[in-house]
Amino acid sequence: MKESFDFLPVGRPARKRPGGPAAERRFANLKVKSVINSDTTILEKSAKHAVTSTPVSLARRIGGLSDRAIAWLFITPTIALLLAINIFPLIWAIRLSFTNYRANRPNAVLENVGLQNYHRVLTDSDIWIAMQTTAHFVFWTILLQTLIGFSLAYLIDRKFRGHAFWTTVILIPMMLSPAVVGNFWRFLYQPQIGLFNYIVSYVTGVPPSSFEMLGSVSLAPWSIIIVDTWMWTPYVMLICLAGLRSIPDYIYEAAEVDRASAWRQFWSITIPMALPFIMLAVLFRGIENFKMFDMVMLLTGGGPGSTTEVASITLKREAFESWRTGRASAFAIILFVAVFGLANVYVKALNKVKQR
Amino acid sequence: MSSATSAHSVVEPSARTKRIAGIIVVLYAVITMVPLAWIFMTSFKSPPDSISYPPKVVFTPTLEGYCNLFTTRTRQTPEYIQSLGPPQSICDEITRGRNMVIAGPSNYWPRFTNSMVIAFGSTFLAVFLGTLAAYGFSRFRVPLADDLLFFILSTRMMPPIAVAIPIYLMYRELGLSDTALGMILLYTAVNISLAVWLLKGFIDEIPREYEEAAMIDGYTRLQAFRKVVLPQATTGIAATAIFCLIFAWNEYAFAVLLTSGSAQTAPPFIPTIIGEGGMDWPAVAAGTTIFLVPILVFTILLRNQLLRGITFGAVRK
Repeated sequence: MKESFDFLPVGRPARKRPGGPAAERRFANLKVKSVINSDTTILEKSAKHAVTSTPVSLARRIGGLSDRAIAWLFITPTIALLLAINIFPLIWAIRLSFTNYRANRPNAVLENVGLQNYHRVLTDSDIWIAMQTTAHFVFWTILLQTLIGFSLAYLIDRKFRGHAFWTTVILIPMMLSPAVVGNFWRFLYQPQIGLFNYIVSYVTGVPPSSFEMLGSVSLAPWSIIIVDTWMWTPYVMLICLAGLRSIPDYIYEAAEVDRASAWRQFWSITIPMALPFIMLAVLFRGIENFKMFDMVMLLTGGGPGSTTEVASITLKREAFESWRTGRASAFAIILFVAVFGLANVYVKALNKVKQR
Repeated sequence: MSSATSAHSVVEPSARTKRIAGIIVVLYAVITMVPLAWIFMTSFKSPPDSISYPPKVVFTPTLEGYCNLFTTRTRQTPEYIQSLGPPQSICDEITRGRNMVIAGPSNYWPRFTNSMVIAFGSTFLAVFLGTLAAYGFSRFRVPLADDLLFFILSTRMMPPIAVAIPIYLMYRELGLSDTALGMILLYTAVNISLAVWLLKGFIDEIPREYEEAAMIDGYTRLQAFRKVVLPQATTGIAATAIFCLIFAWNEYAFAVLLTSGSAQTAPPFIPTIIGEGGMDWPAVAAGTTIFLVPILVFTILLRNQLLRGITFGAVRK
């Protein structure tokens, strides 16, 4: 079982669609395909025969609606829904970001303030602190998840007995609701009664009520990193596992013939060949954690103070607590452009690695 | 690893390597399950047991958490409780033991129902529209197809709160705030990008020759789609549906900002379960357990398609 790999999903399309096979053309053009494809089947031969002996008008009638009409009929509802629920609101948000609009005062006179909102957001020290908090969170979660996730994948790829079952068990946390996970980890983190504090004190000997994971300024950022790592390491593991399984055996066999050490094989074969997969996992986790809201909201709510206030929580407070809708919209647009830009740069790097 | 000792192939790990790898992985799996096991156990504890120190591993199981989850209770005098007839149910009995009587049902069940209606409604729509669009992109030459597909995907990259601001205003204008219809439309829009990408991958794998043969036999394009492509794509459609279902089931950010009452789903509701004098942890754990069980079942059903789903079809087996 070998995994194929296709980097199209993010960034500029990396691959052209396979050059226009026959089904995209009119029924009458079907014979073109059988000419292109050398492995002509009996079916296609009969198709060719049917086409050459059937008038075009009849072929059309058999086809019912023209392919072009069907294509648009099928695609339009999706595009329309996305325009209505994603793009129209986005344009609305861009419009609002240039005004002083406040959602809790819908009848106030709308005033154009130009780029003032953007200027305020970019010079606001609170927002920069939130960005730093987010960067700290993203950096440590990705580092830990990649290290643990790759190690686990490497071990699972040793194919010990029962590895499929244990892989499924390990995957469970990532399927759960981040909000519900955040909420029940709040219970595990309780200073006196929580299981987490009890286990830490049992292992290290410090009294279980001497530290508060969620309440102390120094530990709270780590409490969210631990939960995120618990939850999302399986995700990185699964993608790394696909990467490891995509390496053909004969490469290792050749290395073995050349008497390359296991260490050397790991660094010269395993890591470089799994790298595109690792980077894909990092990309997906990076985007997701940059947007992180629900899990942190339920665990710490951004507290204590604003030590765990990641960008999405600042945005939520700005938009739905301070009701500075115009300014929040400007911040939202900046965040979106940032995610989009970073993802694009990263995908370019990813494609370079893949082509190597 | 010496090549001379291995039995099958030079790349087959030795028995010792396998055993060590197995032990570490199993250890990790067990540790990772501890929080979930703890929540499950807590749901069967009494409130005093749930907050005892040291944490109790051995305890007398009770259904009090589940009773508290589904009911609201009021405190009564022992005399009044004595004057009542025999308890109607096991929950009645447990509640009376705490000097309380059941006052009525709690909001958990309506919230759970909302979750189901919204999750199934949006999944159906997303998969229905997504299958059509995926077929369109897979089989026809659509102008700017790559750009359209990229556009569909990019809608998923936006931070939910950023999307929620204008949606909040739009729904307020249209009267869709706190309605199941509004949430279904929103989740459909979010899920449709995943649905189109995944299903396009699945449909690409079905040979075109099948449809072409059917069309030669006199089927129209639409009939060929319905009678040839759809049955072939069943596994892919089912896997996609489960992914959409899980997303809608788990979603919190939109739900907490756009619903407050009649259309509220379970994730924003569960953290608000509060008992007398602080959190009622057994009830919260019970609510969490009931909420997570469907996901566990789906994860097991989906295990072979997971990789594909979480990477938007980029990595496939």
